[in-house]
Amino acid sequence: MSENPQANFVIVDTGCANLASVKFAVERLGFAITISDDINVIKSADKVILPGVGSARHAMENIRAKGLVATLQQLTQPVLGFCLGMQLMARTSAEGVGKDEVVECLGLIPTDVRPLEAKTLRLPHMGWNTLTQVSDHAIFAGIKVDDYFYFVHSFAAPISEYTVARCHYGSEFSAAIAKDNFIGCQFHPERSSALGSKIIKNFLEM
Amino acid sequence: MLAKRIIPCLDVRDGKVVKGVQFRNHEIIGDIVPLAQKYAQAGADELVFYDITASSDDRVVDKSWVSRIAQVIDIPFCVAGGIKTEEDAKQILMMGADKISINSPALRDPSLISRLADIFGQQCIVVGVDSFFNQDANNGAGEYQVYQFTGDETRTQKTKWRTLDWIQEVQRLGAGEIVLNCMNQDGVRQGYDIKQLSQVRKLCNVPLIASGGAGEISHFVDVFQQADVDGALAASVFHKAIIAMDELKQTLKNEKVEIRLC
Repeated sequence: MSENPQANFVIVDTGCANLASVKFAVERLGFAITISDDINVIKSADKVILPGVGSARHAMENIRAKGLVATLQQLTQPVLGFCLGMQLMARTSAEGVGKDEVVECLGLIPTDVRPLEAKTLRLPHMGWNTLTQVSDHAIFAGIKVDDYFYFVHSFAAPISEYTVARCHYGSEFSAAIAKDNFIGCQFHPERSSALGSKIIKNFLEM
Repeated sequence: MLAKRIIPCLDVRDGKVVKGVQFRNHEIIGDIVPLAQKYAQAGADELVFYDITASSDDRVVDKSWVSRIAQVIDIPFCVAGGIKTEEDAKQILMMGADKISINSPALRDPSLISRLADIFGQQCIVVGVDSFFNQDANNGAGEYQVYQFTGDETRTQKTKWRTLDWIQEVQRLGAGEIVLNCMNQDGVRQGYDIKQLSQVRKLCNVPLIASGGAGEISHFVDVFQQADVDGALAASVFHKAIIAMDELKQTLKNEKVEIRLC
């Protein structure tokens, strides 16, 4: 079934609920992928996907309880985060805690996740929105401004030097961030129809 | 810009897609998985599956079809019906659903909304509201009232809630989205209940989805332009091929409604 039977792809079992969707999305492209929270399995993967839904606080508690923080921080192979998985790559997140508090995240990309400044618009930011800027990062091959992706979130990474794609909802925020081998998408590629699949394929073939 | 969503709704009974008129006389439309796949490919923005027997029958329902849907479609989908506990919700979400929608169980135990939102995140907790305009209520002035157990005609009953009060209460408890089923309009294809949806919109700060009454393309144009809903849900017009998805979306685009063309 797999187009590249030697490649070893792993989805980190963060204990979050969208693991199955991500696995199915990869399998629809003809690749095999394993869901795991085993340190050795994750370390030896060629590519790692870090999914996530729910709150940053709960997800980081899961990751700490599984003893995976150092493992994830030391990965040198390409790692792709989806939605909350992207936010966990940041230094901190303001989600799931009281005002003026933050959750320590994995610190893979030096940015801080904050409430989305939606101004007068309704939250959560839920549905299909367009990218307002797309960099030439390999993961976006074939993706252009005005392409629609599926977003569901109330927190976001601000625009920074690590922004590789932008979206606008009340204000501009990072639709994707990247640093070194780490890439994260705020939207859900696994639920973004053909263009989302394209991004997953780009990543697995990078 | 954030696009308005077109959401085909598939009412499910015993693993088959069914459709009735005003929640009655259900006829089988087809198998779930090929229908789900067909709508995803046609350009639907999201799908909702209502297990219409679940809440009223008070039985454990086989939900393995959720996983089969998650395997084949690449757009978001929501599962409604029979989700009464955190464990039920977890099972559905782990099988690959993006959201869960609760209705009668939230009326029985409103704190369920908060517990689910806390565990799974507000973004995946949808509250379905079945609202009926009672002309006799409120000393003959009429009133929107919330009903429950609408999946089974013999058990359908009025609750103590006025619709506008319940809409505010579920938001306070942590609902991430509200689907308003306007029962007077359901299945009769005479248009969405713009009047009611506009009233609810004023009180609804989370995404609001219109349900009940779609019969022709102009009804979708009207509900987006006049009631400012975030999505419009419909069943029979899609199942019976009265409206083609591509023509619907192109018309909305021409009418300056923000929409994702496929």
